[in-house]
Amino acid sequence: MAVAATTETGARPARAGRRLSAPAWVGTVPFLGYVAIFLLWPTGIVVVDALKNPNGAWAFSNITELGNPLVRGYFIGSFKLALISSLLGAVFGAILAYAVASGDPDGTVRRLYLAVSGVLAQFGGVTLAFAFLVVIGPVGLLFHASWFYSFPWGITVIYAYFQIPLMVLVFLPAIDGLKVQWREASENLGASAWQYWRHVGGPLLAPAFLGGTLLLFANALSAFATIWAWENQIAYIVPQQISIALSSEVGLSNVNVADLLALGMVIMVAIVMTGYALLLRRAARWLR
Amino acid sequence: MAAVTALSEAPGAESAGRPRGMQARRRRRLNLFRYVVFTVFGLFFLVPLLAMARFSLEGATLGTWSLTAWKQIASYQGTGVPPLISSIEITLELAVITCAVMLVLLVPTMIWVRLRVRWLARTMEFLCLLPLTIPAIALVVGLGQIYNKLQHFSLSALMLFWVYVILALPYAYQALSAGLSAIDVETLSEAARSLGASWFTVMMRVIAPNMRQAILNALLLTASLVLGEFTIAFLLLYNNLQVELYSISRNTPNAGVLFSTSLAALLLTFVLLLILSYAGRRRRGRG
Repeated sequence: MAVAATTETGARPARAGRRLSAPAWVGTVPFLGYVAIFLLWPTGIVVVDALKNPNGAWAFSNITELGNPLVRGYFIGSFKLALISSLLGAVFGAILAYAVASGDPDGTVRRLYLAVSGVLAQFGGVTLAFAFLVVIGPVGLLFHASWFYSFPWGITVIYAYFQIPLMVLVFLPAIDGLKVQWREASENLGASAWQYWRHVGGPLLAPAFLGGTLLLFANALSAFATIWAWENQIAYIVPQQISIALSSEVGLSNVNVADLLALGMVIMVAIVMTGYALLLRRAARWLR
Repeated sequence: MAAVTALSEAPGAESAGRPRGMQARRRRRLNLFRYVVFTVFGLFFLVPLLAMARFSLEGATLGTWSLTAWKQIASYQGTGVPPLISSIEITLELAVITCAVMLVLLVPTMIWVRLRVRWLARTMEFLCLLPLTIPAIALVVGLGQIYNKLQHFSLSALMLFWVYVILALPYAYQALSAGLSAIDVETLSEAARSLGASWFTVMMRVIAPNMRQAILNALLLTASLVLGEFTIAFLLLYNNLQVELYSISRNTPNAGVLFSTSLAALLLTFVLLLILSYAGRRRRGRG
């Protein structure tokens, strides 16, 4: 109460000194304007152009082109790659996160793995494709994997390089949230390790695990640089096809192909990310 | 934790032996599991990097060692592309500009929303996290038109910073938001205001210095994002470091300079993030 009163007396002279008293939200206009121009406007352009013909007339029937076998093929490719790489990334990432979490919370191993994960989770660029090219590719030092250029397995192994660290980053807080007391309590009640994981640890971690998997799924859907540097002759997934559509005129007639594909991607990723947000909220209920 | 452990050990010496033996066995098994996991994943993460390092040190003939590729970073000139060093400069400049714009745009707005426009907080959070749901590859389709307009004013690749700020928003927002919620913004600003400080002073000299760590985190994350960005620069036909590396790899496959430059960029990012990790620990130790 006293503090509030102080604010009032403190604020009043300043406000009186101002000639024009604008509402407080005006202070957020630069930020909102920036976001509107460089985020909302381009997104709007994508949505509008996806529903228009190249000559500018509205054509809502374009949306049915997403069912075109050719287009559907890219979406199925994207879905397959995202699914496989997110499942593998999530399982291995969770195992690694558990190994990291069970060590000294302020130790070097944990610090190192976290720092490395932070770097590698962002390492989904052109460089990553080079790195695997020289390990298992046609010029590989280790061996020449015949499956290196196979879709989706070759690229999944490459994607695992940034998916696993990302899973470590998002799943580690959940494992850290498992209280030792719960383990001790279940042991005192005579539970085996399996029973503990089946009835206590597993259910508690499930939302965080599923949420992490969804985040990885969205991450794999949106990734472009790595797969483009890995193989740019054949388009397997939507981002590759967007890139091709942007740089060439070939494609479906009467449709802004790039916009339509981009709209399809935004919808897919938005659904997945909404699921992620909901699961994250659920996971936060117990693990804080 | 200590209390429960003490409790479980307290009742009688006769039962204490068995649980302790079980604990020891579990600990041994856990340690074995950890060593195996760390080794396997360590190899998976390390081998590609080592292979890149080996390739960057390859001499003129296979199997020899030389530093040529590392020396070439400063002088390499691929066919049909600008000199490598110029794209490195552009990328570093972009990182600095993006960081500066992001700070100027986001920090005051976040503090302001927190203090005076609370009802906008959810909208702001939504807008800041929105780029996570709009992949760069989708955003770039719409950006083409906007950049067409921008190119009437400037053709420089530095113009990429406009959209890089957007890409960095989610990461910077999360870092800054963690910092903001860790301090008592209301009390600080009320104290400063009651002493006659202007809102500018409150933000720049009272609140911002208190969230120095969060600001550093946001800067490092933004910088590392810019260093690795390819999609948008490539599709808007600008030339940054990653695009240049890609072009070199298409014209001269397996050029040593590819691997030395990639590795140098990666090491720079790693150092940035290691600073972040250790700066965080120092602060915790002090507090």
